[in-house]
Amino acid sequence: MGEVDMSNAVEVTAPMASSDAARETKFHTRGVQVFYGEKQALFDVDLDIYENEVTALIGPSGCGKSTYLRTLNRMNDTIDICRVKGKIELDGTDVYSDKIDVVHLRARVGMVFQKPNPFPKSIYENIAYGPRIHGIATGKEDIDQIVEESLTKASLWNEVKDRLDEPGTGLSGGQQQRLCIARAIAVQPEVILMDEPCSALDPIATARIEELIDELRDNFTIVIVTHSMQQAARVSQRTAFFHLGDLVEVGETGKIFTTPQDQRTQDYITGRFG
Amino acid sequence: MSFTFVLGALIILTVAGFYLGRSRSMASAGGTASRLHSRPHYYGYFVALWCGIPTILILGVWTVFQTPIVEMIVQGNLPERMLEGDPAQMSLIMNDIRNLASGNITSGEITPAVQAAADQYVSLVQTSALAKFVLILVVGIAAIAYARGKIAPSLRARNQVEKTMMAILIICSVIAILTTIGIVMSLVFESYRFFEKVSPVEFLFGLEWSPQTALRSDQVGASGAFGAIPLFVGTLLISFVAMCVAGPIGLLSAIYMAEYAPLKVRGAVKPLLEILAGIPTVVYGFFAALTVAPFLRDQGTFLGLDISSESALAAGLVMGIMIIPFVSSLSDDVINAVPQSLREGSYGLGATKSETIKRVILPAALPGIVGSFMLAISRAIGETMIVVMAAGLGANLTANPLEAVTTVTVQIVTLLVGDQEFDSAKTLAAFALGLVLFCVTLCLNIIAMAVVNKYREQYD
Ligand SMILES: Nc1ncnc2c1ncn2[C@@H]1O[C@H](COP(=O)(O)OP(=O)(O)OP(=O)(O)O)[C@@H](O)[C@H]1O
Ligand SMILES: [Mg+2]
Repeated sequence: MGEVDMSNAVEVTAPMASSDAARETKFHTRGVQVFYGEKQALFDVDLDIYENEVTALIGPSGCGKSTYLRTLNRMNDTIDICRVKGKIELDGTDVYSDKIDVVHLRARVGMVFQKPNPFPKSIYENIAYGPRIHGIATGKEDIDQIVEESLTKASLWNEVKDRLDEPGTGLSGGQQQRLCIARAIAVQPEVILMDEPCSALDPIATARIEELIDELRDNFTIVIVTHSMQQAARVSQRTAFFHLGDLVEVGETGKIFTTPQDQRTQDYITGRFG
Repeated sequence: MSFTFVLGALIILTVAGFYLGRSRSMASAGGTASRLHSRPHYYGYFVALWCGIPTILILGVWTVFQTPIVEMIVQGNLPERMLEGDPAQMSLIMNDIRNLASGNITSGEITPAVQAAADQYVSLVQTSALAKFVLILVVGIAAIAYARGKIAPSLRARNQVEKTMMAILIICSVIAILTTIGIVMSLVFESYRFFEKVSPVEFLFGLEWSPQTALRSDQVGASGAFGAIPLFVGTLLISFVAMCVAGPIGLLSAIYMAEYAPLKVRGAVKPLLEILAGIPTVVYGFFAALTVAPFLRDQGTFLGLDISSESALAAGLVMGIMIIPFVSSLSDDVINAVPQSLREGSYGLGATKSETIKRVILPAALPGIVGSFMLAISRAIGETMIVVMAAGLGANLTANPLEAVTTVTVQIVTLLVGDQEFDSAKTLAAFALGLVLFCVTLCLNIIAMAVVNKYREQYD
């Protein structure tokens, strides 16, 4: 920990008094390079993601935040032209090795997308989908319970408990996004990746989701991409700043926002570019 | 003064109107287009429309009425003696005159009276054409002058041009609708005449179809039997066999193309499948009658089954191949229309590709897939050629696909082929069958469209 990347990432996570002892590394990534065809989108990203913490990825548009996020659960596999190089370990196992089945990986590393994408099924079926395909629950009662628990955790239960049979697509945007979070929770993942989960939402819905993220931190490890500096400051413990495919700086959120080490970070958070 | 010549003149006039209007508008605004209410070319269209619409109307009306009017005059000038003949005689004479006028061979020798009439005919036509040309020129130029005079920077040319264009579009669609209604009305009318002779109950629920016996009035059983059930059953049977082929093959190939095939393969396979839809049905008919049917018969003998050489199975199989592209191409489109975000959502939960397809994509695309099936079925029901060639003409009431059956469309063809009076029950039955066919395919299409529309609403 606290190592300094030779190229340009300035690792400023000096041992922190309070949380450091309990800190376990969930994702350990070194030298991650991603190519779309000939074009390189990420250059040697070294980043650790710690358990039961919220890590925020910030940076100007097109800098590779989503790309990095999607390497963590191999979502990039669905893009034909995409190639990934480097070491990406989840609990010490390389996620790109044969030892890990991509289906299991994605069950352990859930994802919430920028635009809410509920399945055109009932609210109940949206949640039950994951547990069913993974055989987490089979009996009706078990599934009922999972549905209720997940919706409760996503603080959506009270709003939808009387209309579980209605289509998930009929909910409001904010409700849909919470439904998608509930859907991800239902599979009992260890990590939840969120790619700009609030960009389509109004401030009230955003506030609820931010609260939710804070609660979820107790049970899950969360990586969130956001364009809102305030949001990163509010919900995350650590922040990583990306710029043009490079990881420029990563560290304690408070530190990144108050005393950034790199000029580019400084410029970005003070709004001088991006 | 041929039609094309006049049309050419008219077009030149209209184009000239466009340029005159445009330059006039610029001049009226003192060379600055921004002072005009509309962009200059709208003033051009304004003048062009003013010139084009009346002249085209004149051309059309004149061309339609020229011949009848000329013939009326010529006929009226014929000597009394010739006018007294019966109508058939009269039309023969008129025919001679017409042929003579256009320099064709006439029947029999030419009397001086006919010759004179023909000369008059020719001169009348020439005068008429000249008059038409002059009138169009005058009206066109007058219209251009009038419209050009109206041009001022404040003239709302764009609004007027757009209104006129909209009116033209509406008229065109009304024409299309009216034609359809006309066709349906004639079907209904003729069917009504049929149902005066044969009761609808007998037609719709009767179990025996043998219209041939009605040929001669002194024959036994001259009334014929017009129970259409065997035809409906035959149609359903063949369509069913066809869908058994086209449904699975079409859907599965659509899934392959949309979800599994690399882009290049998809680019090659999809057009190839669509070529199937472009093969003339007669060719499919050959294939069914000369290859598939004998093959089935031989296999049948081998297995100890009695398959007639004309069988519903052969026709259905080949028809199924023909309608594969209807299912596959449309299903492929609707599967592709399922948003990528749903796929990612499913993958993100750790679903495999096949789970995603089965549980997310197909349910989401189901309404569209049903729509594609409906269209394929209505195509199968309407198909004639393959059935004529491979399934025969015998109206057997059977659910056994190994026997020969016939379908509604095939019977329509056989009823109308050959010399028939158009008021016997036999020929009128064709219209009744056509009406039933129309209603069935219409229902299928409406259902298909409703289903497809419902599907569309889901993601917007
Ligand atoms: N499917 C793709 N095919 C080709 N290039 C891609 C693809 N997805 C992303 N890229 C490229 O990779 C680079 C990084 O994109 P990425 O989506 O990771 O940016 P981002 O930081 O998430 O931006 P934003 O904040 O706008 O979402 C961009 O230059 C982009 O053009
Ligand atoms: Mg992004």
